[in-house]
Amino acid sequence: MIPALISSVTLVANNNARPATSAAAPAVDAVARGKYLVTFGSCNDCHTPFKLGPQGPEPDMARQLSGHPSGLVLPPPPPLKGAWVWAGAGTNTAFAGPWGISYTANLTPDKETGLGNWTEEQFLMALRSGRHEGKGRPILPPMPWRFVGSLTDDDLKAVFAYLRSIPAVSNKVPSPVDPPEDGKPESKQ
Amino acid sequence: MTRGCVVAVLALALAGAGVTRTRAAQPADTLPERLSATGLYLPGTLTVDPRNRAFSPQYPLWTDGAHKARWIQLPAGRRIVATDADTWEFPVGTRLWKEFAFEGRRVETRLLWRATAAGWIYASYVWNEAQTDATLAPAEGRADVVEVAPGKRHSVPSRQDCRACHENGGSNVLGFSALQLSPDRDPAAPHGEALQPGMITLQTLVDEHLIDAAPGLFALAPRIPGDARTRSALGYLSANCGHCHNPQSTAATVRFPLRMPAYASAAQVERTVDALVARTTKWDLPHSVPGTTSAVKPGAPDLSALFVRMRSRRPSSQMPPLGTTVADRDAIELVSAWIEGLGRAEAH
Repeated sequence: MIPALISSVTLVANNNARPATSAAAPAVDAVARGKYLVTFGSCNDCHTPFKLGPQGPEPDMARQLSGHPSGLVLPPPPPLKGAWVWAGAGTNTAFAGPWGISYTANLTPDKETGLGNWTEEQFLMALRSGRHEGKGRPILPPMPWRFVGSLTDDDLKAVFAYLRSIPAVSNKVPSPVDPPEDGKPESKQ
Repeated sequence: MTRGCVVAVLALALAGAGVTRTRAAQPADTLPERLSATGLYLPGTLTVDPRNRAFSPQYPLWTDGAHKARWIQLPAGRRIVATDADTWEFPVGTRLWKEFAFEGRRVETRLLWRATAAGWIYASYVWNEAQTDATLAPAEGRADVVEVAPGKRHSVPSRQDCRACHENGGSNVLGFSALQLSPDRDPAAPHGEALQPGMITLQTLVDEHLIDAAPGLFALAPRIPGDARTRSALGYLSANCGHCHNPQSTAATVRFPLRMPAYASAAQVERTVDALVARTTKWDLPHSVPGTTSAVKPGAPDLSALFVRMRSRRPSSQMPPLGTTVADRDAIELVSAWIEGLGRAEAH
């Protein structure tokens, strides 16, 4: 089931791939392509906080792709036992599991709290390597970086172009929290 | 990205972070399949070719206690060009090897090769059980090749990981610089190795005309000024952190001034320390107000992101993020004492 899902998703993405974008191609093409890929890839499902709408939880597009809200301080996650190995917050922007607690990133072009200071190369390296900025800490679950990183260079560049085109939102996402080690908190290590 | 969530959670929760899996950074067909074919050894032997000169940086990079050996080969008749004391251009054809051994057994030998003017090729060779040769590791690296501490295993890095450290502002060659090769070696450098007969230093490069530099550029042996503890702490941080944390870093968020130049003045050292004290980090101490964690808080190592992260080996916090699974106790002791000392200096 899962391999089939990966295959079908990748196949669809590849079937829709356009010829390599040339430097002279209008930027709007890349932005439109990026928007298509971001929509298809459900990036908003985690990177845009959910709010309760008339039909139930829905992405709050006023805070589109700005990650876990800095003002939303969550209580400790519930105990995870047996087959229940991970949990998610109602905003769908914070997750707890064996990796600790992860918060979805601010993908808007805000220079201080988003991707505003990232280069296109860093963005590609991050999604190819699974490391923050392509060289730092591991990008944590549930971010499916292998799935996104399977896109072509041109598609990843289109995603980056689109992310640079959306409104900047100042929102400092909290640092991830490491899991306890042998029951000892980090400060007692 | 809901469609991928289940896949990612299952894969990562079960497998852990492990070695980064990436696409090949270089065409594999440019690299020999065997270490023995890279020019390190005389043909048919494990005797190092005398054209390959051994060296030892005064501030070694910590790799979980690995014993390391290093060699460089400059193409015949070619020289390094030093446009200034810290900017070295290596001629096309330069090769460097670094051998990693744990418990007396060779585990991997890394190759850094300037194959073309366009750039460097990175590779690692994994030694066989018989210790007779090593085989080219795949571009994505090889996870968990040997246990280095209970429950901790050494992994051969991916080529993308090589690039993460070696392509970050400044020279692609990290352990072969004026400061690292200074004949005025720091006796208190963590894990510093004594120079062995035949090892080359900066003086060797000058004496044998292996480096093209302005007259007198290297007349003095490079040395980090200041008291002994500051010298050792900044030397260690320069070698272990400065390849990413430097003002020219390609990662904008990590431009801390930790890479020390060959000839820093006392005022430069003071400015470096002041900058570390003044900066807050994007990483927050647990239970702290976001955005308030200092890189270095004088007198308080446990409140200093630099120290807490170098002590940690948990995936979201550890520094360096690559190449080590065991914290460096000697360095922890040194840097802790240095930060404590900064507090005493401030009090006066």
